[in-house]
Amino acid sequence: MLSAHGITVRFGSRTVLEDLSLDITGACWTSIVGPNGCGKSTLLRTLAGLIDPQGGTVTLEGRALSAWPRRECAKRVAWLPQSTMASDLTVRECVALGRFPYTGWLGNTRPADEEAIARALKATGAEEWSKRRLSTLSGGERQRVSLARLLAVEAPILLLDEPTTHLDPPHQIDIASILRQQAHHCDGTIVSAIHDMAVALMADRVIVMGPHSLVGHGTVSEALEGDWLSRAFGTEISIVRSGTSYVWQPRLPG
Amino acid sequence: MSTSRLFAARDLHSRAERDSSAGVTRWMLIYIVVALLLAAMSLLVGTSSLRTSLEWLRTPAALSDAVLWEIRLPRALGAWLAGALLGLGGAIAQNLFRNPLAEPYLLGSASGAALGVTVCLMAADVSLSGLAWMGELGVTGAAFVGAAAGIALTLTLSRGVLQTASLLLAGVVVAFLLSAITSLLLLRSPDTWRAMQSFLLGTTGLLGWQSVGLLAVVLAICLVPAVLLSRGLDALTLGEDTARSLGLPIGGLRVALLALLSLATAAAVSQAGIVGFVGLVAPHLVRESVHVNSRQLIVAAPLCGGVLLQAADLISRWIIRPSELPVGIVTACLGGSYLVVLLWRRAQRE
Repeated sequence: MLSAHGITVRFGSRTVLEDLSLDITGACWTSIVGPNGCGKSTLLRTLAGLIDPQGGTVTLEGRALSAWPRRECAKRVAWLPQSTMASDLTVRECVALGRFPYTGWLGNTRPADEEAIARALKATGAEEWSKRRLSTLSGGERQRVSLARLLAVEAPILLLDEPTTHLDPPHQIDIASILRQQAHHCDGTIVSAIHDMAVALMADRVIVMGPHSLVGHGTVSEALEGDWLSRAFGTEISIVRSGTSYVWQPRLPG
Repeated sequence: MSTSRLFAARDLHSRAERDSSAGVTRWMLIYIVVALLLAAMSLLVGTSSLRTSLEWLRTPAALSDAVLWEIRLPRALGAWLAGALLGLGGAIAQNLFRNPLAEPYLLGSASGAALGVTVCLMAADVSLSGLAWMGELGVTGAAFVGAAAGIALTLTLSRGVLQTASLLLAGVVVAFLLSAITSLLLLRSPDTWRAMQSFLLGTTGLLGWQSVGLLAVVLAICLVPAVLLSRGLDALTLGEDTARSLGLPIGGLRVALLALLSLATAAAVSQAGIVGFVGLVAPHLVRESVHVNSRQLIVAAPLCGGVLLQAADLISRWIIRPSELPVGIVTACLGGSYLVVLLWRRAQRE
């Protein structure tokens, strides 16, 4: 279980998160939604241990993140950045780096590592490009490879920052289905910040953030019934159900 | 088109199929064989004619032994080692700063070394050749101290090693500042200025067995940890935060890599002067010929850099013999031509 206890994060004089507490647990996919600049990425980075909060603590399995040895922590919590660098590594080399917490500096892979790499490549459909370099891939392909690198860690908790940005709708759905698959069939605890409302609401649960703080954390239907989104965005957000998914209906004022 | 775009541009698909460690091994063997050939050739080239050199090889005598084994052989080996250190420095710098234009001197080591040598020469009030009989420790020691001081100043200005942008900026500021001080000192002392020319343009003429020993020790000291840390360099290409999320100690990794970069560069500069382009071009040449990961690059770039400086040394002795060109001019011409070829190939692709 990953928990934030009253965390406050400031960049200079700007407060991004203030006294925020939440628990992330169980095999489910949680989306973080909220307006631009509300601190979604900051929350994910703090949960991943990449930012030290000025106030409060983040604990993993009851122990402060900073007290964990780096690689032990990395085995349990994996993080995916918003954008991926156009590295010169091959797809396989990139995905194999996901095993760094296990293989260490020498990078000697054991059969368990090879299997994890193969599973990650297969789950994301990236195996056919495994010998290509990242710099030769399209944005969508590269995003899949990043996801494979994340999955190769085989960490129980996966934190993803905007994994569907810059992707066309079919590719966004591909990523969403991989995330759901990981949560439901591989017992993963998945938290992702997702901009596109329709994709975000495909998750099991949502964390709705307003400026600096939490509006609510619960199932998608709880969020819709409580009208959390309108409160978070400070304007009326109209969501309608369409079959098995939700659609945001934009309305121009006046 | 900016030069960085030129470097960043890669032939998208045609080289994807060449990705194999067999390819890397083949290129490494090629570099080693060429280095041996160049070393053999450099025994034959000098102020005396080719026929005389061949004669010396066949019938050893006191004079020929001195020229071949005390001057030409250590010079060839020293040039290879200095080039190898610059190639290693370039490979570390380009991967660490994720900048294809990064080169070993970007932390102010070259300007620091130049200032160190200037101060040393002015204090001694003698020329480089005059100092040779005293042993090279004076000049090379001053160059090493100057290079280390330049790097220390850069790190102080950038307040540590964590911010790439401020490190690069501080490096540029230190380079300009120290070069300005050097120029000011040299303006006041024309004799020192003449003596400094060979150092500023790079010189392989002063490399003796002592230099070879020092360079070899430094190369061994730098190469082993660099290979061990290369997986960290691979992870850094995915971004610092990603590397950190994988459990890498980023601060420690950067300190270690900068220490290796500084040591390699300071040693090379102190023995061979400011030889340009080798550290910049060697990693690119390797990457243009074959796909490499960081570990392979850390081994292949020194092999390539060694061959480059050895070849440049040979050309500098051959082209206007019995006199010789400063080796830095040759590396600048070779490096510049390589950039033009890259530019041309890029234009062809587009």
